[in-house]
Amino acid sequence: MENGINIEGVSKGYGKVQALRGLSLTVRPGELFGLIGPDGAGKTTLFRILTTLLLADQGRATVCGRDVVQEMMRIRQLVGYMPGRFSLYPDLSVEENLRFFATVFQTTVEENMDLIRDIYVQIESFRKRRAGKLSGGMKQKLALCCAMIHRPEVLFLDEPTTGVDPVSRVEFWDMLDQLKTQGITILVSTPYMDEASRCDRIALMRDGQLLSVGTPSAIRSSYTHSLWAVRSAAMYPLLKDLRAFPATFSCFAFGDTHHLAFREEALKNKTEDQLKEELTAYLVEKKHTDLLLTKIEPGIEDCFMSLR
Amino acid sequence: MKQFISFIQKEFYHIFRDGRTLFILLAMPIVLLILFGYAITTEIKMAPVTILDYSRDAVTRSIADRLMASEYFELYRYSENQDDVQALFRQGKAKLAIVFPPHFADDRDSRVQILADATDPNEATQLASYAAAIIQAELWEEQRIEMTTLADGGRVTPVTHLLYNPQMKGAYNFVPGVMGLILILICALMTSVGIVREKEMGTMEVLLVSPLKPLSIIVAKAIPYLLVSMVNVATILMLSYFLLEVPIVGSLTLLIGISILYALVALSLGLFISTVTQTQQAAMLISALVLMLPVILLSGMVFPVENMPRLLQWFSHIVPAKWYIIAVKDVMIKGVPLSGVLKEVGILLFMAFFILVLSVKRFKTRLE
Amino acid sequence: MKNRAFVIETDQLTKRFGNFTAVDHISFRVAEGEIFGFLGANGAGKTTAMRMLCGLSIPSSGQATVAGYDIYKESEQIKRHIGYMSQKFSLYGNLKVWENIRLFGGIYGLPAKRLADKTEELLHTLGLEKERETLVDALPLGWKQKLAFSVAIIHEPKIVFLDEPTGGVDPVTRRQFWELIYEAAARQITVFVTTHYMDEAEYCDRVSIMVDGRIDALDSPAALKQNYGVTTMNEVFQALARKATREE
Repeated sequence: MENGINIEGVSKGYGKVQALRGLSLTVRPGELFGLIGPDGAGKTTLFRILTTLLLADQGRATVCGRDVVQEMMRIRQLVGYMPGRFSLYPDLSVEENLRFFATVFQTTVEENMDLIRDIYVQIESFRKRRAGKLSGGMKQKLALCCAMIHRPEVLFLDEPTTGVDPVSRVEFWDMLDQLKTQGITILVSTPYMDEASRCDRIALMRDGQLLSVGTPSAIRSSYTHSLWAVRSAAMYPLLKDLRAFPATFSCFAFGDTHHLAFREEALKNKTEDQLKEELTAYLVEKKHTDLLLTKIEPGIEDCFMSLR
Repeated sequence: MKQFISFIQKEFYHIFRDGRTLFILLAMPIVLLILFGYAITTEIKMAPVTILDYSRDAVTRSIADRLMASEYFELYRYSENQDDVQALFRQGKAKLAIVFPPHFADDRDSRVQILADATDPNEATQLASYAAAIIQAELWEEQRIEMTTLADGGRVTPVTHLLYNPQMKGAYNFVPGVMGLILILICALMTSVGIVREKEMGTMEVLLVSPLKPLSIIVAKAIPYLLVSMVNVATILMLSYFLLEVPIVGSLTLLIGISILYALVALSLGLFISTVTQTQQAAMLISALVLMLPVILLSGMVFPVENMPRLLQWFSHIVPAKWYIIAVKDVMIKGVPLSGVLKEVGILLFMAFFILVLSVKRFKTRLE
Repeated sequence: MKNRAFVIETDQLTKRFGNFTAVDHISFRVAEGEIFGFLGANGAGKTTAMRMLCGLSIPSSGQATVAGYDIYKESEQIKRHIGYMSQKFSLYGNLKVWENIRLFGGIYGLPAKRLADKTEELLHTLGLEKERETLVDALPLGWKQKLAFSVAIIHEPKIVFLDEPTGGVDPVTRRQFWELIYEAAARQITVFVTTHYMDEAEYCDRVSIMVDGRIDALDSPAALKQNYGVTTMNEVFQALARKATREE
């Protein structure tokens, strides 16, 4: 357990609200691990406990084999942390922000330039610009540079892609892939389910608990329902009709199709093809046209919604 | 050390790049001095006076001349009788009336009567004692009174001796007050807002998750404002010396030393406020209400503490500005050496130490 | 759509800040009851364009009418006939659920009786009857956003502007939110929405994609995908937004 993370039964409450409920998790050294869940799942609280900013009510946690309570100061030298809001000084320039964080961590920009070069070149032409005047994607890159400037063993990135456009998000994940090759353990949280596939392993999180932990493909293959993509000319009425179909377990809009999961009981005495026939007849009777029914593999979002 | 210096450098960037705040920081002492010096002055200038002279002799005339020659009084007009005086008071045309009895020059026992419009009691007392002092001086010169008669009660009572501030200049009172106010404002308010802003922006989270010692964060935040406040002290002293003509009788070094000590008290108060607030607005409000109002109301800057109810008098003891203002007045205007202000310095030292320890203890290395 | 009235019409609408052209001659029309997706990368000019349409910012040049009112001269009228909701500001967290509804209903001038009925109706449809006395801050984000949307259309505006309404909301609630949007559109309320979720772009009747202050694409999701020969809106977006040359 060189630069891994170990969490055992951690609970944390704020007054009446229970943010974390006995959460246990192990992140292996060098892993790119994703915590995936909506706002309010407890992701930020978990990050703050691991970065020694909060004390857990119960349970214990180690980062790089060091206890987050007893060895607080040591951990603070080993980790890099990028909080949910891009924590930069808006009145300092790109360069000044970077230099400031470098000296705070007792190093220089030059010393660790090799680590951040790939990211820094993308913002270098704006090095004299105040951080407050950068676009969201640029801020995010600068914040990442600042969080890594001291060559941390473990990097904590709390929702780095929230509010960032899809193109910048893809670029950001490309940067994380590069960092991984340096052996840095990265724990990253995101509310975007489609980013799960970029992680080595993920944990789906809701209401302070982990719903499921594993590689993205393992989590997808644990989905038990028979899942179908359905499309017709009138999508909103289609959604209502699909929900009213007796064999329907759940039905949600997924972009240009609806994802329909059949009840397991419904498949006990019928084959999938029989059910498909029945459904097609039912939808035709409901006057749907341009029908398309395809069996599909579940995505992470399907899994997340099925875990209750 | 390098960490520390670059932190201070960053703080200066924050100050210098926020032009509006910087301007306020530097212009505030000037504005306050001018405000207190010229606009909301408690000094008396050209108060209208009426004279009812039943004697009309050389002595009463020379007294009247001397009164009107001073910058405090101007003659509205002579009155004919008591009713006339009353009418002038009622109409607000006169604030003070001087009544000379018949045969003033001849009758050594006769007394001058000074009537004042006491709707503003402070002003009335002040006017009466100014007038008394001037009449006294004139009579003295005229050899009309001797020391013995003075002791017996003399012709004019009361006898006021105006020590240290012979011209009764208000500046002697408000310059130390403004210094007390500015230092609290800049050190406490700006420090607390500066720290809380980092909490709001989320940068405090990153600073905490760094090898920086909390104490260095605190000290680095405070130093720039300490320097700015010293610039302000210099501005105030120069303005008051050259423009308002308030002399600096005592040791300048001692004066500055006491100011730094007081600034430290203010800084630790600012720090303490930052540990109990989460937003800049809250920090600002608390600094303004908890620090500024007592400085203005309870430090003796505007209202004399001695005239306050006992409870408020007791409360004024914990207002640092009160002790600072006493010490500054002593040193600056009376020329008292350090040995004379030991009590005030001791109290300020204790306050600085106590609040600093309290706030460093409260300053959390975690988020809750 | 052919026979419908247009509730937003812009012609060469432009906004410059100094040398920087944030919005560069955009022209488009949005029909009544349409769900219009307004996409673009950070810094492409979406927010600036939306501010102009809401009457919060005066354009540098070009023409536009919103709900039939001119955005230069009748911005007060516009504000009365639109609803607005963003991820950042929508409701007062330290007011209770019913207090928020009453406050915004009052701001939009609903008569007391109608407001009381509307409040009950709204609490019922959102399933928030039990949370009537709850402070909005204490609600889960998804509920908050659903409530904020319902409040934004409490005065039955012609158009509602939604600025990233579902950011961070959990997948199930996000879909429930879109069902509210469909219902509003069915009542002929035009929905003008920005989002970073590309699956949500698919739910729109038409989508525009802004790149460097211009509208580079505007069509139904199906047509866009066909034009670009791809299968998802995400691919359309990536193909277009990568052409961007400017950094705000």
